[in-house]
Amino acid sequence: MKDIADLLRHHPFAEGLDDDTLALVAGCAKNVVLQPGDYFFREGAAADAFYLVRHGAVALETFVPGRGVFSFLTVKSGEMLGADWLIPPYRSSFDARAVELTRAIAFDGKCLRGKCEADPRVGYEMMKRFIPPLVKRLQSARMQALGMYDAADV
Amino acid sequence: MPPTFESCASAPQPMVPRVTPVTRFVRESADVFTFDLAPGCAASFAPGQFNMLYAFGVGEIPISISGDAQAPERLTHTIRAVGPVSAALGKLKAGDRVGLRGPFGVGWPIEEHKGFDVLLIAGGIGLAPLRPVVYWLLRHRAAYGRVGVLYGARAPDDLIFRSELEEWRRTPDFQLRVAVERAGPEWAGDVGYVTPLLSKLRFDPADAVAMICGPEVMIRATALALEDAGIADSRIFISMERNMKCAIGHCGHCQFGPLFICKDGPVHSYASVRNLLACREL
Repeated sequence: MKDIADLLRHHPFAEGLDDDTLALVAGCAKNVVLQPGDYFFREGAAADAFYLVRHGAVALETFVPGRGVFSFLTVKSGEMLGADWLIPPYRSSFDARAVELTRAIAFDGKCLRGKCEADPRVGYEMMKRFIPPLVKRLQSARMQALGMYDAADV
Repeated sequence: MPPTFESCASAPQPMVPRVTPVTRFVRESADVFTFDLAPGCAASFAPGQFNMLYAFGVGEIPISISGDAQAPERLTHTIRAVGPVSAALGKLKAGDRVGLRGPFGVGWPIEEHKGFDVLLIAGGIGLAPLRPVVYWLLRHRAAYGRVGVLYGARAPDDLIFRSELEEWRRTPDFQLRVAVERAGPEWAGDVGYVTPLLSKLRFDPADAVAMICGPEVMIRATALALEDAGIADSRIFISMERNMKCAIGHCGHCQFGPLFICKDGPVHSYASVRNLLACREL
């Protein structure tokens, strides 16, 4: 049976991570399985964890009064879920709902922040892994905000 | 007696529209529709070429041909109603007539890339000019490597060619990924920008050709993402639409630096236009 460090080693997030650091951060992690419709976190709730999706798909959603629930991003296998645990007040900005059976590695945010504070080298290794997907999502969100699929008015 | 089709090669002057009946009208979404024209002659075209469609009394606009290049007796166009001419075309029904000029322009270089992996990336109505390439690939599947199609739209209700998307999804050796910008909880597919889905496609960048059609802001971002994935800019092709009027390079309205979009395009290699795309004065 694979332990959590083995699972983490096979996730793209851990690519290039040395064994010691991997073992250290794995101490903050556990394996989770969510059924379709289960929530990883809800808008407004404490953001005390983040996830590395191993298999499955997660819809990031928000509720618009009078219009219902809207999904604005799908997080899939090999990707990272949750960023609000990084910055105070550690509160989730939206809902994250499994749209299919989803397996993920869950990290205790407080535990990992503590290890990053204690060892800046670990913190830098983590930052190098968090920033690229966050920047890419920011770029994508800008494109979505532009409504770029609208055509010219001919 | 079945209709016979003479060649359009001897068609009259390119600036003179042929009065052409609409034979079929299909609504794809709230603001997108497809209609077939019976051109009266075998109007052979290459995937990626366009026609000028004239809504009588309103105006004329360039519209890419969205049908099968190997069924030239039926000219298919897919249009989003966003302005006066396209809105007028959207009110047509079978039996009504339009003015038709074309086909014009340079199409997708699909025959030249036999043996390559082929990636098609479409945004919004940009799937229409790429559909003839999909038809081509399905007819000549063995001649190409891996095939991947990425299609982005605003919302599930804005997806066009839905029944065909399902067929393509079920086709062996055919990778299709669809992403919408926003969706309700009933949508089980991907939500987000289309370009990140590139990482989900299998292809060999050293032997891949990519074709992009959509808004220019999407084209620029997608072309860069394809380059980041290892595809040379000379094997990335884009279809552009900028103010085309005469369609034969005479009027100058669509001049794009040293190029005319209508005559030298609408399909261009990214290598030939990447610097021009960055020039805001054009």
